[in-house]
Amino acid sequence: MLAMNYRGPYRVRAQQRPMPEIQHPEDAIVRVTRTCICGSDLHLYHGMVPDTRVGQTFGHEFVGIVEEVGPLVTNVKVGDHVLVPFNIACGKCNFCKQGLYGNCHESNPMATAVGGIFGYSHTAGGFDGGQAEYVRVPYANVGPTVIPADMDPDDAVMLTDVVPTGYQAAEMGGIKEGDTVVIFGAGPIGIMAARCAWFFGPSRVIVIDHIDYRLEFAKNYAKCEVYNFKSLEDPVVFLKKTTDWYGADVCIDCVGCEAEGNTLQTLTGRVGLLQAGAGTALQWAINSVKKGGIVSIVGVYGPPFNLIPIGNVLNKGITIRANQASVKRLLPRLIEHVQSGRLKPSELITHRIPLEEVADAYNIFSSKLDNCIKTVLIPSSK
Amino acid sequence: MENQITDYKSIPGWGMDADPDNEPTYPMKNYTGDDHNRINYERSVQQPVTVEILKSNERPTVSAVFGTSVPPSGLSGAIRRWAFKHSEDRYRHWLPLILADRINVYEGIIDDIKKGHFPNILAERGFKATLKHNPKKIIRQVITGVVAVMVIKSMFKSNK
Repeated sequence: MLAMNYRGPYRVRAQQRPMPEIQHPEDAIVRVTRTCICGSDLHLYHGMVPDTRVGQTFGHEFVGIVEEVGPLVTNVKVGDHVLVPFNIACGKCNFCKQGLYGNCHESNPMATAVGGIFGYSHTAGGFDGGQAEYVRVPYANVGPTVIPADMDPDDAVMLTDVVPTGYQAAEMGGIKEGDTVVIFGAGPIGIMAARCAWFFGPSRVIVIDHIDYRLEFAKNYAKCEVYNFKSLEDPVVFLKKTTDWYGADVCIDCVGCEAEGNTLQTLTGRVGLLQAGAGTALQWAINSVKKGGIVSIVGVYGPPFNLIPIGNVLNKGITIRANQASVKRLLPRLIEHVQSGRLKPSELITHRIPLEEVADAYNIFSSKLDNCIKTVLIPSSK
Repeated sequence: MENQITDYKSIPGWGMDADPDNEPTYPMKNYTGDDHNRINYERSVQQPVTVEILKSNERPTVSAVFGTSVPPSGLSGAIRRWAFKHSEDRYRHWLPLILADRINVYEGIIDDIKKGHFPNILAERGFKATLKHNPKKIIRQVITGVVAVMVIKSMFKSNK
């Protein structure tokens, strides 16, 4: 079968690999029909995530058709069209039982700090991902969800990560009616977080980034205020000023480890790898939120350490809330939002590229060429 | 563990101010109290370990399922094995893993050549997309390269 193959930082290719096999009685094999490149895949692509081994197939956002199931699989059957949450969850451990499907204790032996994720380095369990014609899906009784018959598969593939992560980013903000919400990052997650923030009743949603075409997209899609931080002398002072010198009620970091905007953070986090990426967005979030405010983090950072103003977190009484999205918990509500037409996540998709051209697809997304917002890879045989 | 207090409920005031609604992880977490059962839950059957799996030393066993994508091998594999002797809390876990990743890139190139496939690095970097959507970048890179070569050449000449 054809699959994406990581060869090193900024180098990927499509190549033939052996078909995945059932390795556990609760496994399924899914024939992939659509798979996205996620912004967090770029952290792997840029060599930022430790234990990313040459030869691995990335991809944690995919939908497809169940091709084969293990003897203990009862929840899905061969032929079902399913969307597969990016987190691999057993459904039985205490974390899964309490709804923390992104923190499963039985899907990743290689690190305790993160649950298993499809195609996301060996730090996240060493699973091959869905940027392939076929993929092994563990715990098929838990994750895979049959796509409603009336749902556009492009909407369905966005429900595997982008929509739940954006929604949970807003949900974790504990947004109250009338709040001012600031979102750092106008990538697909930031745009979706801005759109979903409105579900919780704020009076202002502000998105900060430095890429004009993305800010324009966010403004139109999420009906929010947008600002390019490169045109602001100091984004923190600007945000204080625009909130009556009070601070935002909620700040959301949708950027993660490859932030721009602070030379020291960039040099130590992205160039020198002395910290787990540049913590610029998180620093701005902490310093822009009001006293007693909430900072929600869905931007991805590496596992070791980051330079952030933790003293300000204490002195301002900030609550920090963060997690990988618990896709399975959120799916019923999000499917409702999509089916009702309140959310149309497929509108974020700007590029549809054959899996064979995966190297160009990664470059387009990574280099933000051709006004790219979101890229979907289509395996050719479908 | 010998210091663990077992009759904690007899401590004056134990649990008096507990507020089950004060759950900062709500609604992400549906608190059930199961956390106090630790790892005593019904596990799925164990996936057979058919390849070398490097396990975090912060857990007692491998998880019930795991990926078998790329088992450790070669020099990078030796470094990874060493890294996994140290906990996720330590730089000596993560930095060697990044070093192993970089070495692994060269192992990948050697492996490709051994299999008779000389990697097309330009294609793997998505050169075609840059050429189509940002040709100015390529022109800039070519000019920068030419200038750099000329500067280095002139430096060598002046040293002679």
